[in-house]
Amino acid sequence: MIGLDIAFWILAVVGVIAALAVVLLGDVFRAALSLVLCFLTVAGIYITLSADFLAAVQILIYVGAISVLIILAIMLTRDVQRGSPSNRLRLPAFLVAILFFGGVAYALLNTTWQVSSTPPLEPTTPAIARLLFSEGGFILPVEIAPILLLAAIIGAIVLVREK
Amino acid sequence: MLADYGYIGLLLVVAIFFAVTTLLLPFFLSFPSRLVIYFRRFTQYLETHYPFLVRFIPPLPKFPRFMQVVPYNPNPVKSSTFECGMETIGTAWVRFNFRYYFYALVFIALDVLVVFLYPWAVELRGLGLFGLIAALVFIFIIVIGYIYAWRKKVLEWK
Repeated sequence: MIGLDIAFWILAVVGVIAALAVVLLGDVFRAALSLVLCFLTVAGIYITLSADFLAAVQILIYVGAISVLIILAIMLTRDVQRGSPSNRLRLPAFLVAILFFGGVAYALLNTTWQVSSTPPLEPTTPAIARLLFSEGGFILPVEIAPILLLAAIIGAIVLVREK
Repeated sequence: MLADYGYIGLLLVVAIFFAVTTLLLPFFLSFPSRLVIYFRRFTQYLETHYPFLVRFIPPLPKFPRFMQVVPYNPNPVKSSTFECGMETIGTAWVRFNFRYYFYALVFIALDVLVVFLYPWAVELRGLGLFGLIAALVFIFIIVIGYIYAWRKKVLEWK
């Protein structure tokens, strides 16, 4: 299990550094690229937790699609080469972030985590499919998801048609 | 040993190989000639700003020939952005047409659709008719959006 530990620590350190780079880099495009790196390390952590389907989804949606959306949005923005200027909300945002971090850390440290002794399922995809699409499963949330996507498509149409 | 860690081991091996061949090896092989250039720039900077400090700098030792494996001779033409033999004009930060954003959003919708349909396709036999109807309802709701976009002529490029 020491190999998994090494993999986890490499992924965790690279992920935290990439996340810090997203916040601290002045160049917005470089920040977007380090966000991609952060998503990739999260996918790697999913693999170490033997959640293979979730890792593939993370790479497909976040690394593939969401980052393309963010980079496109950067390419559409005016005066983006000036970078992200500092503003007056810097200190309140820092305080809110510290409060949020404190709350999350408190909740994480004070929860008794139950560790299952059974070995993880090897191919997780059929089990997820049975949970999502079978009778008595989570069929209602699955059918609500395309309505969200429909709203996104219609919103994009309205955005493009606006003169 | 690698088989125990599966794809993670493979990923790490590929990542290390990539880093060594593309970044570390060229950097360290060109390091002596790189050092000469940096040293020359540093002395030039000192000569223009603080001329009296130059005589205190010890000269750089002469590197033997075999250490300068990869040469490093940058010049303005070599450092410029080179694209298909054309000289670049202006900046690369051109604003794109915002119509491209629509295609990105539609791409995300298709992506999420595929992510939901993939586990259904894997467990197709076990799920039976109920799963088929669920997937059909799923696709139908998204197709409504596409039909709406088609009827509103958003997919046409003007």
